Amino acid sequence: MIDFSPFWLSFKLAGLTTLILFVIALPFAWWLSQSTSKSKPFFEAVTALPIVLPPSVLGFYLLVVLSPSSALGGFLEDIFGVKLVFSFTGLVVASCFYSLPFMVQPMQSGFETLNKHMLEAAYLAGKSKLQTVLSVALPNIKPSLVTALIITFAHTVGEFGVVLMIGGSIPGETKVASVAIYEMVEMMEYGQAHIYAAIMVAMSFFVLLAVYVFNQKQKTKIGLL
Amino acid sequence: MISLSIYKQLHGSQGVMELDINLQIHKGEFVALMGESGAGKTTLLRILAGLERAKGNILVEGNSWESMPPQQREIGFVFQDYALFDNMTVEENLFFVQDDEALASELLELTELSSLRHRNVTKLSGGQKQRVSLCRAMMKKPKLLLLDEPLSSLDLSMRSKLQHEIKHLHERFATTTIMVSHDIHDVFTLSSRVLVLEQGKIIQDGTARQVLLENDKYCTVEVLELEEKSDKVMATVYVAGKLLEVEVNSDVYIGQHIQITLNGAYL
Repeated sequence: MIDFSPFWLSFKLAGLTTLILFVIALPFAWWLSQSTSKSKPFFEAVTALPIVLPPSVLGFYLLVVLSPSSALGGFLEDIFGVKLVFSFTGLVVASCFYSLPFMVQPMQSGFETLNKHMLEAAYLAGKSKLQTVLSVALPNIKPSLVTALIITFAHTVGEFGVVLMIGGSIPGETKVASVAIYEMVEMMEYGQAHIYAAIMVAMSFFVLLAVYVFNQKQKTKIGLL
Repeated sequence: MISLSIYKQLHGSQGVMELDINLQIHKGEFVALMGESGAGKTTLLRILAGLERAKGNILVEGNSWESMPPQQREIGFVFQDYALFDNMTVEENLFFVQDDEALASELLELTELSSLRHRNVTKLSGGQKQRVSLCRAMMKKPKLLLLDEPLSSLDLSMRSKLQHEIKHLHERFATTTIMVSHDIHDVFTLSSRVLVLEQGKIIQDGTARQVLLENDKYCTVEVLELEEKSDKVMATVYVAGKLLEVEVNSDVYIGQHIQITLNGAYL
């Protein structure tokens, strides 16, 4: 009997991460897209770091910062009773850092391609910045938005190194699908590993296919193709 | 009555330029802004709309506008590229400004868009988009209507139809209108006053007739061909959509840029 709990855990983690990142990344990506500030390249570089860093580096620093012996980790554990290493909550926090660029970058480039006059027309129509973002900017960057959401979700499901370092492999708590496969291979349970791996490949492929099909349809709809 | 006194340094393609405008516009006037590209016409409109900052004062019917955000200014703006909200239908574009069914219906009726009101704006032709843009600008019943080359990307028949609609809307809602345009036909048909901007300053101000017709006008043209006709040297030059022959000195060569004086009536 196949134990599906690692998959469930992976999806729960990816779902939560995507939701949280969407809320955080939206104002941030908007700011990056509209800003002419000299500090913008600095923030862009920091955002892109998780793409180039080995997951072990990110995992190591997160471990240092979040562990109960650190100032932040200790504070959170003492005051709120939240344990951030070897816990699901910790995985969510780590994933938010790890997947940040995958949410921010498509959103930012979506916002940047928007016709500036369209946004100005909304201001002249009496709408605030927030109303403009919600009713004009977001609906007009649907393909970028879908890309951001799906890729962030898929990327979090595919996460391995950071998860292993921060969460370890506690069944039902931090043992996500990618970690489970790693363990099976270590224990030479190749049959099980094959099944898990095949499920991951199939799911990832269909998620990506869905994104590209959607984006093609959207582009046809707005007359780009 | 609108009183402007605006100063702004612009960094254009030809280095730093100073936009320095002192101007009074009466209520209900239809002002055309002409001048070469880069003269500051669009910038002036954007400053009036609050989309760009500048030093100085903008007084509209006694209210000071210079520190007012664009949201609060009673402005209708028609962008050269329409700038419609692509995610909305024709009527949604109008309702986004003001939820006024009666006004929207009237505007759509005037511009013959009633049958298209539920269509997504991305599915419209250029002329239709421009009319939606015009209707959207009127939804606020603006004190000041700003048009940035509203007709430049349309073909001739659509142009004259839209000229008529602009004129009609301007009169119907008794707005004050400022239109940037390069097109002498548009300007002459629509405007009651013409301003010519050069390097950020107003160099001509008068009725369309005074500015366009009665003033002698210098223009620089390229010599395309030379021909000798009974002791005279005639150069063929291109001016305002026409080829003209002018008499020139014998040392003029093909490709040279020469200055000629034109009386508007000839064109």
